[in-house]
Amino acid sequence: MSGSANKGARGRWAIAWSSVGCGVLAGCAATAVAPGSGGVGAPAPVPKEAMAATKPMTSDYVLVNRLTWGATSSAVAAFDSMGWSAYVQRQLQLGSEPLPDDAQRQINDLHALNRPLLELVQDLERQRVQADALTNDDAKKAAQQAYQQALNGLQRDAASRHLLRALYSPRQVQEEMTWFWLNHFSVHQGKGNLRALVGDYEETALRPHAMGHFRDLLGAVVTHPAMLRYLDNEQNALGHLNENYARELMELHTLGVDGGYSQTDVQELARVLTGVGINQTSNVPGMKPELRGFYVRRGLFEFNPARHDFGSKTLLGKPVHGSGLAELDDVLDRLASQPATARFISGKLAHYWLGDTVPGALVQRMAATFEKTRGDIAAVLAVLFASPEFVNGAPHTFKDPMRYVVSAVRLAYDQKVVLNVGPMLNWLNRMGEPLYGRLTPDGYPMQASAWASPGQMATRFEVAKAIGSGSAGLFKVDGPQPQERAAFPQLSNAVYYQSMARTLAPATLHALDQAVSPQEWNSFLLSAPEMMVR
Amino acid sequence: MSRRKLLASLVLLPLGWGQARLFAATAGSEGRTGGGGNRFLLVFLRGGYDAASLLVPVGSRFYYDVRPDIAIAQPSADLASALPLTTDWGLHPALRESLYPLYKSGELAFVPFAGTHDHSRSHFETQDGIELGQPLEGHRNFNSGFMNRLAEVVQGSSAMAFTDQVPTIFQGTVNVPNAGLKSLAKPSVDARQSAIIASMYQGTPLASTVQEGFMVRTDVMRELATEMDTANRNAITAKGFELEARRVARLMRDSYNLGFIDVGGWDTHVGQGAGTGYLANRLDELGRGLAAFAQEMGSAWKQTTVVVVSEFGRTLRQNGNRGTDHGHGSVYWVLGGAVRGGRVAGAQVPVQRSTLFEDRDYPVLNEYRALLGGVLQRQYGLSAAQLERVFPGARAVDLGLL
Repeated sequence: MSGSANKGARGRWAIAWSSVGCGVLAGCAATAVAPGSGGVGAPAPVPKEAMAATKPMTSDYVLVNRLTWGATSSAVAAFDSMGWSAYVQRQLQLGSEPLPDDAQRQINDLHALNRPLLELVQDLERQRVQADALTNDDAKKAAQQAYQQALNGLQRDAASRHLLRALYSPRQVQEEMTWFWLNHFSVHQGKGNLRALVGDYEETALRPHAMGHFRDLLGAVVTHPAMLRYLDNEQNALGHLNENYARELMELHTLGVDGGYSQTDVQELARVLTGVGINQTSNVPGMKPELRGFYVRRGLFEFNPARHDFGSKTLLGKPVHGSGLAELDDVLDRLASQPATARFISGKLAHYWLGDTVPGALVQRMAATFEKTRGDIAAVLAVLFASPEFVNGAPHTFKDPMRYVVSAVRLAYDQKVVLNVGPMLNWLNRMGEPLYGRLTPDGYPMQASAWASPGQMATRFEVAKAIGSGSAGLFKVDGPQPQERAAFPQLSNAVYYQSMARTLAPATLHALDQAVSPQEWNSFLLSAPEMMVR
Repeated sequence: MSRRKLLASLVLLPLGWGQARLFAATAGSEGRTGGGGNRFLLVFLRGGYDAASLLVPVGSRFYYDVRPDIAIAQPSADLASALPLTTDWGLHPALRESLYPLYKSGELAFVPFAGTHDHSRSHFETQDGIELGQPLEGHRNFNSGFMNRLAEVVQGSSAMAFTDQVPTIFQGTVNVPNAGLKSLAKPSVDARQSAIIASMYQGTPLASTVQEGFMVRTDVMRELATEMDTANRNAITAKGFELEARRVARLMRDSYNLGFIDVGGWDTHVGQGAGTGYLANRLDELGRGLAAFAQEMGSAWKQTTVVVVSEFGRTLRQNGNRGTDHGHGSVYWVLGGAVRGGRVAGAQVPVQRSTLFEDRDYPVLNEYRALLGGVLQRQYGLSAAQLERVFPGARAVDLGLL
């Protein structure tokens, strides 16, 4: 299409749209149409009276978009009926709310995720040992492949559950915080059998404490096999010191790199962590009788006193008395209550929600609340969400790939539950931010500069086109009888006309006018600069 | 910065006007002319590779004492023993077929006891520090990596990060494009759609980022076409880092003259192996990749310098798990068609307990800014002022490597 033919595009485009009609949009007639969206029909100009009722720039749409994984027509409607403070309060409350049936059913069907972890891991270990013992090369290769596939499947199930909750949970903030902590206490699925552990890690260590007290969260992480394996602490023992976890525990998880600890502190914390590990068998290791009272076993987690250094230690200038696993409780209390930790965690939270330009005064207020409430995460978030920066700021925080993908699918389908998140997992891979996929323990960066690169943008437009052009495989069910349900992204929907349209720059509106099909219109909207920020 | 000027003019062009032709016109020429034809690639081994396994202190009794399970044996007929370099040093046997020939032909040198004076032993702190290339004391600008500043001062430079995201080292005032080359997919957004999308970004802070993204995509796809053509003629297809390195070479041969790539998997706390094993396999893959890069550059190799760095070395003593923990001094590699190699260069001390840093690691005697400053000064004939811009406050040390 040449430049001149684009002139007066709106008229032309509307005709093109209706003439394309349902012939091209497979099954669009069967697709439920969001109320007020005008369906996939031509986007009529926004009525004057709707414009008159417009709220200021920090509209409900902008706030919902900032607070959740992405604005949808239904989320904005819920927000409108409750008001800002009730909406935020509900998001910060502990407890759970059911997912839509269609989403919960898919999660329930991920059976392996519901098995006790010890049992699951023992089965997998048996499978691995049997495969390794085979003498026929082909049979061995096939058995080893089957083992790897089982692990891959478990990791994929965990990631699928994570995405379904991000898309549909009414408790959006809790889901975002689950992602946040998963990234803060980052593990990489590629190490050993971590693919079998990440689902449980998220479900038992992170999610229940995502809005609770930081100390509880920290304690749950330190005793989870996923972290103990990822940072080699299962190898850490008296006379075989491995300081990997000790260092990251202070640098990345609590105090921060400038948090005032020394190389000696790293070594001393590593000594505290000796014997804190994993036992995949059902056996109790042998040890001297006087040590047996110190032995602790919970599922895969094991504290083995025979591997522990019971000598006295000094951490951050204070003594730690040799007392087995109780030492760990003591030092975690110490680390969690350091002002450096309050500052470091508050700073990261503020950065995650508000982007690169976080005022120091806000972080200070959050850190003060962190200290006062002994690390009550919901209380710290309440300070953040009530801040003028959060309530009044124009959208400027560049979305990382996870947020981009989830927000795009939410906007396109709202409460129409996707049947297959596989394509989303692929897009996250392509954009460099798969779940459980960060190699290094620092987690994915949240700075805009880390993501807003030429390569990322080119890929993002490809993803926008995939999402905008049709169901993109999101409604295709794998399995023995593959099925595909008809669906089409509903981007010209209520939230678009009532709120989003008026946040778009003239250049974006002009580009949308040049679309020659609904598919292209969708792709352009999802590619727009306004779609990249929140 | 010839690419930048082209970009600036590009933004002013009317939409819908032959985008594809534009791309064809911009890419492909500067690389051959810019920077006097000189090319520089930095390879970052993330994770702190075990330098004492790469450049083996074969003359050190102490090394063999403290590494009972993971030392590389002194040179012998055994294929898993070190390759002889000097009386003090040997090379890991995994590089026998790939880079040892380059050392012997004088195109590869090693600089031991290299690194940063930051002794936090933190991966992230030391990686960031090296990428920023700024003094450790005083205020640091976290949006200014030293290769971005290099791109600023080198006339006609055309920089590219061969990574999925733009790394710290290339952050800064020059808008450096990036594209990870591990796996490539054919684009579906066509030229007209690209132009319309780009129009939405005009006047926004992301305008040139988006334009660069589309241009780089075109460059990369052209290279991919060549690759597929080669594959169709039954050539052996490379895998892993070697494939990536060949792609980097083609882009640096034709279009870009300042490059960066990183390679992970070096944080060997557990079971790193010795002459064979985990680390040997990583070094083998890296070595084959670098040798392939040299070969693929063809005649341009004569004007190309590659430096391999890492954030720190590892403890000289093995740990309780036949691995090594975070250390300090590393060994950097310098290779290229014009490199005066075949030697182990820079300040050195005997490897023994008394010379260890904090009784655990190699000391840093060849600070990375001084070392790289010396190499870049030779390569590009940088003035003192330009060098000061790239590595503020550093004094370049010329080890005669170029």
